[in-house]
Amino acid sequence: MSDTPRRDPALGDLPLWADSGDGSRPDSGAGSGFTLIGRPQRKVDGLAKATGKAAYTDDIALPGMLHAKILRSPHPHARILSIDTTRALALEGVHAVVTGRDMPVRYGIIPWTPDEYPLCVERVRYIGDGVAAVAAVDEDTAIRALALIRVEYEELPACLDPAEALAADGSDERPFIHEPRREGRNGNVTKRVQLSFGEVDERMAGAEVVVEGEYFFEGTTHTPIEPHCAIGRYDENGRLTVWSATQVPHYLHRELASVLGLDPATIRVVQPPVGGAFGGKSEPFDLEFCVARLSMATGRPVKILYTREEVFYAHRGRHPFHMKYRTAADEQGRLQAVDAEVLLDGGAYASFGLVTTYYAGQLLTAPYTMPSYRFDSTRVYTNKPACGPKRGHGSVQPRFAFEVQLDKLAEKLGMDPIELRRVNFMGGNTRTVNELRVTSNGFLECLDAVEKASGWRERHRRLPPGRGLGVAGSCYISGTNYPVYPNEMPQSAIQLQVDRSGRVAVLSGASEIGQGCDSMVAYITAEELGVPLEYVRVLAGDTDFTPVDLGAYSSRITFMLGNACIDAARKLRRKVQEAVAEDWECRPRQVQLAGGWAYYAPDTGRRMRIARAFNLAEARHGTLGATGWYNTPRDNHGDYRGGTIGASPAYSFTAHVAEVDVDVETGVVDVVRIWVAHDCGRALNPLLVEGQMEGSVYMGFAEALMEEQIFKSADQGRAGLHNAPSLLDYRIPTSLDTPEIESLIVESIDPEGPYGAKEAGEGPLHSSIPAIANAIHDATGVRMDRLPFSAPNVWRAIQEAGGPKALAPPRRRAAPPPEPARVDRTTVGVGP
Amino acid sequence: MVKATTCIVHLRVNGDDYAPGVPSHYTLLETLRYAIGLTGSKQGCDKGDCGACTVILDGEPHLSCITPVLAAEGREIRTVEGLAGAGRPHPLQDAFDLNGAAQCGFCTPGILCSAVALLERNDNPSRTDIREALAGNLCRCTGYTKIYDAVESAAAVLRGQDGGTENGE
Repeated sequence: MSDTPRRDPALGDLPLWADSGDGSRPDSGAGSGFTLIGRPQRKVDGLAKATGKAAYTDDIALPGMLHAKILRSPHPHARILSIDTTRALALEGVHAVVTGRDMPVRYGIIPWTPDEYPLCVERVRYIGDGVAAVAAVDEDTAIRALALIRVEYEELPACLDPAEALAADGSDERPFIHEPRREGRNGNVTKRVQLSFGEVDERMAGAEVVVEGEYFFEGTTHTPIEPHCAIGRYDENGRLTVWSATQVPHYLHRELASVLGLDPATIRVVQPPVGGAFGGKSEPFDLEFCVARLSMATGRPVKILYTREEVFYAHRGRHPFHMKYRTAADEQGRLQAVDAEVLLDGGAYASFGLVTTYYAGQLLTAPYTMPSYRFDSTRVYTNKPACGPKRGHGSVQPRFAFEVQLDKLAEKLGMDPIELRRVNFMGGNTRTVNELRVTSNGFLECLDAVEKASGWRERHRRLPPGRGLGVAGSCYISGTNYPVYPNEMPQSAIQLQVDRSGRVAVLSGASEIGQGCDSMVAYITAEELGVPLEYVRVLAGDTDFTPVDLGAYSSRITFMLGNACIDAARKLRRKVQEAVAEDWECRPRQVQLAGGWAYYAPDTGRRMRIARAFNLAEARHGTLGATGWYNTPRDNHGDYRGGTIGASPAYSFTAHVAEVDVDVETGVVDVVRIWVAHDCGRALNPLLVEGQMEGSVYMGFAEALMEEQIFKSADQGRAGLHNAPSLLDYRIPTSLDTPEIESLIVESIDPEGPYGAKEAGEGPLHSSIPAIANAIHDATGVRMDRLPFSAPNVWRAIQEAGGPKALAPPRRRAAPPPEPARVDRTTVGVGP
Repeated sequence: MVKATTCIVHLRVNGDDYAPGVPSHYTLLETLRYAIGLTGSKQGCDKGDCGACTVILDGEPHLSCITPVLAAEGREIRTVEGLAGAGRPHPLQDAFDLNGAAQCGFCTPGILCSAVALLERNDNPSRTDIREALAGNLCRCTGYTKIYDAVESAAAVLRGQDGGTENGE
């Protein structure tokens, strides 16, 4: 009954499974046993993006579409006394104006902290807060109309400093930025978390060494190259469609219904390809509500495209953190106690801040064993754009401080910093001090890889003055155990639909933001169903047609959507195997699907085209399709309050070594090269994993050396005004700034990940910043405990240390050898 | 604010002649995107900072978001849509796909234009040449590494030395 074993013309030049004569791909029968997984592949949207054909939100133009602009507050803190829109409405070409009174419903991405309106109702809280929106025939007219809106404000004292925000008392002189949720509380405190595990004070007192430090992490922002954009269309059937450059179409769907008072079944959210996000598009923004409301008012489609300046106001980027750490260890360098106090500058709204405040402490407890740990973190409101989640949400800042603390500890003990980290390695299949379950853990392999690749043993503490190496490690979650609103439904789901031609459609609710999740599900589907990759179509991010996925945040998609996709594909595969087995009169598991064919496993000469196998299955089972889903395990965290936050089905691990060249006269730091090793479980497509690692290293380097989301103070002319809301002034690295990056993939094969995979998109960012700080110390002997390590900051630190001539970079011998080539080999090794 | 006047501009884009009516203050980018419908060139900052709008004017990369449309009349304009041949991508576009050089893809059209202009004057660029040619294009996703790989492998294809990148291996 089998087809002749020959190449199917319909399959073109595609190599066939088990056909080793082709040579263009490794023999899939060998090694891993996978045909696609684990090997570099094209992305499903790669050519569309490389030819300019991918249509992002602003590339969509609908017939009769209006353009809208948002009027923004010029004051950091003020009461709105009145808004007069009559002159704007009278301008020719203007179709509608809306203000906060048209949408007076509070929302917030975290259901416990709704504190925002789509447009401000009675108060503005930062320069850039939205006040009114105008829809007009074109953008120029909308901009002219904004100038005709009269808003009467009563200015209030603005608070820009988090310590001052803590000291506010609600008086006229020191008003709260939000009213307290409970009487007698400080309305400026959005969240405080105090958690303690083990006997911190006792262990601190009994430790051999204690290192104390104060650190400051300046705020930074995401700056995706695509500005936020949204289109609303309220149609003749009373249905609302919103196209938006969002990472969270499902949450946007819910919030639109709640704020606009519409039945969610009448709302469709479509997420076109997103031109970068990094956490900056992971909650609803004013423009999405405004295009919807303005379309309802006019009956016409309405588009808003943020200017680059508005993207800086929308923000939701990295919180500035003021941090104090005490870290204690015994004489072997084994950690005994960690005590942390963290103050988060949250900006004007809560955003994800409740989670950020927990993450500021909860995510520090791996990959090192910590017998006792205490943290006290407080997030306060200030009159600046709201902070939120940026790549490595809430854990990049404490990781910087903590990994510098470890470096100081190693220095005090005379230990090699890599060895100190090895000594404290927690291992796999264990629990952290705060009761998070850690399964696979490839951190030691990561350390080994960067140590070897960087020539650490020969070069650390041995480079000429001004030149240095630094190391750091980190961990991150592969998704969060719980969704932002409590429910028992799956976190991620896939629907598969099969055509008689052999084409398989994958319906995915997940958000492609450049990380490659559409491609990831195509690889899995092709792998499981044995169809060529070119036979898979992915339809994603459309709430009318795709199953719910919670969004592209917390590095959850590969792990969760990948598992959902395997689940769906295997259900479908079983049907196909059964149908073919019936035809061949064999057992279903003797039928293998691969490379466009169904094979009889005991004799692979016997086979049939996959389309024919699908047809047999359709005849036997009816129309072919399958759904698959994933939900997280629920028993992998402590049952204390907050114990669920930080819980993840798996953790990724990273180690960095950075090499710097510091000009001690000017303070200019040249990051020469960064070696990054990342344990991603299994690399489903190593090319994409490397891309995530390189992008993460770049972004960490950028925060370390260049970026600052900062605001003018009153004595600089205008309190709360963004210092540099443009890509020229807020400097992100160009190709000339970015260091050489060497990516080293470590595969620990996670027991619960899809084929063993974990995240790779956020973890590799964390340790790049402390690795650079530690490298600057190795180069100069100067500690950089404040970000960024910009030339002025480094220069000042060098001056405080007595100037360039007084610098004493730590060296392994009293007189450091001037050239690495003259290193005395007998003294090279681990430890002092 | 002065009310806009409109005008008809004569543009030659990717070998085709267009004569759209646009506000006379329009930039070349606005005209391409909103009047002609060539949305491949992107707006990332609208003030010449990011390079996502880069097009090739008479063989040289230009920032179309700060080029007044009237300044583009009479010049040969090439956009990302004009790089591919009929039915097949430019070797650099293929190399971008094979090397994973486009993540979100938003900076990609501008980077392709800068890199194609480089490859047309130098088919064997060093990594330093590539870095310098791309210094006006911000990418926020890749850390640039895979982009360099793609430009190098496209250069090899253009020189007739296919670097064995078939099927992404």
